[in-house]
Amino acid sequence: MKEEVLGKAYDAHLMRRLLVYLLPYRAMVLFAFLLIIVESLIEISFPWLTLVAVDNYILAGDMSGLGLIAAVYFGLLVAKYGIGFLQTYTLQSTGQRIMFDMRREIFNHIQSLSNSFFDRNPVGRLITRVTTDVDVLNEMFSSGIVSVFGDIFTLTGIMIVLLVLDWRLGLIVLGIIPFIGITTAVFRTSARDGYRRVRIAIAKINAFLQEHITGMSVVQLYNRERKSAQRFDGINREHLGATLDSIMAYAVFYPVVELLSATAIALIIWYGGGEVLTGILTLGTLIAFIQYSQRFFRPIADLSEKYNILQSAMASSERIFNLLDTPPTVVSPASPRAIAEARGEIEFQNVWFAYNDEDWILKDVSFRVGEGESVAIVGHTGAGKTTISSLLTRFYDIQKGRILLDGVDISAMDLSDMRRRFAVVLQDVFVFSGTLESNIRLGSEISPARVRQATEDVNLGPFIRSLEEGLEHPVNERGTTLSVGQRQLLAFARALAHDPEILILDEATSSVDTETEGEIRTAIERLMRGRTSIIIAHRLSTIQRCDKIIVMHKGRIREIGSHQELLAQRGLYFKLYQLQYREQELQANS
Amino acid sequence: MPPETPQTSTLARLIVYLKRYKARMFAGLVCVVATSGLALANPWVIRYGIDSLSGGITRQGLVFYAGLIVGLTVLQGIARFLMRWLMIGVSRRIEYHLRADVFEHMETLELSYYQKNFTGDLMSRATNDLSNVRMLLGPGIMYTANTIATTTIAIVLMLSIDWRLTLVALLPLPLISYGVRKFGKRIHRLSEESQQRLADLSARVQESLAGIRVVKVFVQEEHEKEAFDGLNQRLLEKNMDLIRVTSLFYPTMQFTIGFAAVVVLWFGGRQVVSGVITLGDFVAFTVYLGMLAFPMIAVGWVVNLLERGRASMARLDHILNAVPEIADTPDCVDDEIRGEIELRHLSFAYNHTPVLRDVSLRVPQGKTLAIVGATGSGKSTLAQLIPRLYDPPEQTVFIDGIPVERFPLERLRRAIGFIPQDTFLFGETIFENIAFGIDGASNEQVEDAARISNIKSDIEEFPMAFETMVGERGITLSGGQKQRTAISRAVVRDPRILILDDALSSVDTYTEEQILHELRAVMRDRTSILISHRVSTVKDADEIVVLDGGAIVERGSHDALLALGGQYAELHQRQLLEEELAISD
Repeated sequence: MKEEVLGKAYDAHLMRRLLVYLLPYRAMVLFAFLLIIVESLIEISFPWLTLVAVDNYILAGDMSGLGLIAAVYFGLLVAKYGIGFLQTYTLQSTGQRIMFDMRREIFNHIQSLSNSFFDRNPVGRLITRVTTDVDVLNEMFSSGIVSVFGDIFTLTGIMIVLLVLDWRLGLIVLGIIPFIGITTAVFRTSARDGYRRVRIAIAKINAFLQEHITGMSVVQLYNRERKSAQRFDGINREHLGATLDSIMAYAVFYPVVELLSATAIALIIWYGGGEVLTGILTLGTLIAFIQYSQRFFRPIADLSEKYNILQSAMASSERIFNLLDTPPTVVSPASPRAIAEARGEIEFQNVWFAYNDEDWILKDVSFRVGEGESVAIVGHTGAGKTTISSLLTRFYDIQKGRILLDGVDISAMDLSDMRRRFAVVLQDVFVFSGTLESNIRLGSEISPARVRQATEDVNLGPFIRSLEEGLEHPVNERGTTLSVGQRQLLAFARALAHDPEILILDEATSSVDTETEGEIRTAIERLMRGRTSIIIAHRLSTIQRCDKIIVMHKGRIREIGSHQELLAQRGLYFKLYQLQYREQELQANS
Repeated sequence: MPPETPQTSTLARLIVYLKRYKARMFAGLVCVVATSGLALANPWVIRYGIDSLSGGITRQGLVFYAGLIVGLTVLQGIARFLMRWLMIGVSRRIEYHLRADVFEHMETLELSYYQKNFTGDLMSRATNDLSNVRMLLGPGIMYTANTIATTTIAIVLMLSIDWRLTLVALLPLPLISYGVRKFGKRIHRLSEESQQRLADLSARVQESLAGIRVVKVFVQEEHEKEAFDGLNQRLLEKNMDLIRVTSLFYPTMQFTIGFAAVVVLWFGGRQVVSGVITLGDFVAFTVYLGMLAFPMIAVGWVVNLLERGRASMARLDHILNAVPEIADTPDCVDDEIRGEIELRHLSFAYNHTPVLRDVSLRVPQGKTLAIVGATGSGKSTLAQLIPRLYDPPEQTVFIDGIPVERFPLERLRRAIGFIPQDTFLFGETIFENIAFGIDGASNEQVEDAARISNIKSDIEEFPMAFETMVGERGITLSGGQKQRTAISRAVVRDPRILILDDALSSVDTYTEEQILHELRAVMRDRTSILISHRVSTVKDADEIVVLDGGAIVERGSHDALLALGGQYAELHQRQLLEEELAISD
């Protein structure tokens, strides 16, 4: 999904897919088309009325006939007014509904995508799909294709009328069209290149801004204001250069079209005037020719503007469809298997896993966690501990082996049902803007009493009672007004309130200070009781209470046993223990 | 954030930018007038051409008129090219300046501003709204000028043909300006509300995607979809309101122009019949009306641009008018910072919640202070007050005996190596991330900082070593690696004061010990503040203070505090107990 992709203005395949979005509103669209045709016909009739007025009444001195023509003209004008409003409103509102549908579809699709997708695609880019790209398509739906149709209809109508009025003069005027075609083609090529450069620069600007707004306090603490501004200036300047170049193309194009249009009028005066002199053409027809050619060239020039709309719409729709075509790699099977009895038993059978290719993160990992059992997974950084928690909740699918939950392969189970049985407390606690309450409950049906109880159990109670709004205390995006410890406790409360069958603490306790950890240890024990638990933690106090400790090293399981057994083995765990808890041990011996 | 009410001062800011390009703007406006004048000269030629047809002209005579039309249009084309090139060019240049100014102003705004405003919302202002302002400055001004010039010149020419016909034909004009005003106001209000709702939607998407792991783990996809649907629906409703108004606008303009055409046909026709004007006059009149149609119709579009631009400028002003609350004071001192830190009766509240209460302490230059305390005891806030991430009350935080607010902000922060709790690295190379805070860092400096922070050997294993990109375009670092990189970033600055705000939490105790050992050597005559929840981190500090509920409850050396038998001793005791349990059966 590259931002720079910019191809044809018309791609039959893309267009067919876009038209699918019109289907639910086909009656509305059809109605609008009808209105456009009627509007075009009225538009074409106006110069004709002038012709009749000049030849039959003005030159003949018939005042009452003139009045009649004026009345007809006025009537048509009123009709066109009503039709114009109805047509615009119908198209615009349909466009808005289609945008609504598309936004919903894109967002829903993004929600269904798997983790590996989010590893690759930054949030900013995805927001662009939902907002900017959809807006571009709206412009095409509401002013682009349909009015192109209207323009083409009007142009064809005028051509026919011109040829009927006087085929020789008609042909001379129409002879200008190829030149307009050539001009447009030349313009398009130079405009396209500029447009691509502008887009690349905009993408760079957005990425830079996003990053620097998020990390602004680091910029300030490290006195980087001037240097960052200089870097930004570089990108900003690149954008300016690209836009200035692309102005050139537009600035040349319009005058050339204007000149061609004037040439047509000059030809009418010269050749048509000559025919009037010889009596082949009436004065009224000559005037009608002038009026028609005025209405003729503006839509052609506009067509190239529409071409731009169409071109960017194609690029946007290609990006949107690319996104929509990205299948979720982790999905529920068509006919998921239900579990006979939910016990919370986990088994890894010869599991091999790699994020990409053969770069194995887990190698032939097998272990079993019985119902209600607690297991700690320890190992040096990069041993693959956290990967195990990601695999259990099927954030990624494994390449070889099986992961069983109560004897059933997790890939054979319904994804949502399976995940609902877990609660994971991640190392980086994510806080949504809302209230403390909404962050604990999320969107689940959990009674206020249970939410309150959960906060008490993780010792968040005193903090909440100290707040004026209590649980309704507002928190902002990323929870920056809470301390890291408070965020951690909030995550515990969130897990506790969801009352899962299986608990995964992914290095969860590492950021809580000893004091708080001591307080929540009781809560963790309460949480773990009667639940299968997988603990991935630095802290000894939690690990040593686990029924079983699995020692990972470079993607393989090296040792399994209880704390005491493993210490007695004097193997890898003993070394890890020495390495990571040496300090604490020294204190203990003193 | 509530939508701002636009003030007259909103556009005053734009005037300042426009003044920088006075000459170009003026030349552009001259070209606008020339373009309009030359364009309106053509019907004048047609008028004489048609009248000459009944005046016994030859075919050769007609060539003169035809040639004149082409010639005038060539001149007009040149003027039109210059007009666009100058005026749109100015708008692009101002866009460039405005974007730079917005970013540079953002750099002066303090931490609490970014806590009050969503990233997505700020992004939307700095991108979408800026582009709307540019449209106001470019096509907005150009077409407004074009409309005024064309209308004025056309009316003068029409008056010279027949003032009665002109009056009758232009009767609907006041109606147009009334309509433009009335529509304009409503469109402005509605488009502003619509912009705000789009910003709300973007902010929601941003958050939902940033927290996608939590969403998935707790199976909240449906809830997220519902929340999104609600905002999407609200946006749709507002856009529908807007469309109802805009759909009426364009046809109304067209109708008014068409009405004038009918009047010309009827009344002008009568004038020809009664011999007041010639047929050529009549034709010129209809062509003029046709030429007026476009500017009049463009009025609708231009009004939209202007209104949207104005609304967007008000939203940009929300950023530009935000006064940096933390800035240099007028009576700044010029002293070099040595590094003695002192807090005198420091009390601090955040959002009316007291965080620190009457904290007094002193860290002599070159000494190490450690702060321990429970979650929410105010440790981080205390640390953040020293580099003025939050502003302490006047005369409470001193460095070298001078209140921090009297140091130039840049000098103050340059003297401090602050490593925040939440590590934030940029999508640049590791080298650039470490050399972030200094100019022209040498390889040796960066590598040395990496060695001290115990990250050098990790980095050397990365595919491109120090040139490896961090983040989406490169490698993902582990929490501990990020923290160690952040420590290098501070160390390489060779700061007088080093503050570690729980910056070793993701690093194991063994590595922590190594880092602290290296730091001690480097920081021998510098001042350090260590914030931690591990006794192992703080025990060697010259002084340790224990914070509880924002107040200092204990202070002293490790041994003194143990002897005191208070909270610190209890904390230590508890950690000892843990270890005892660990080795017992």
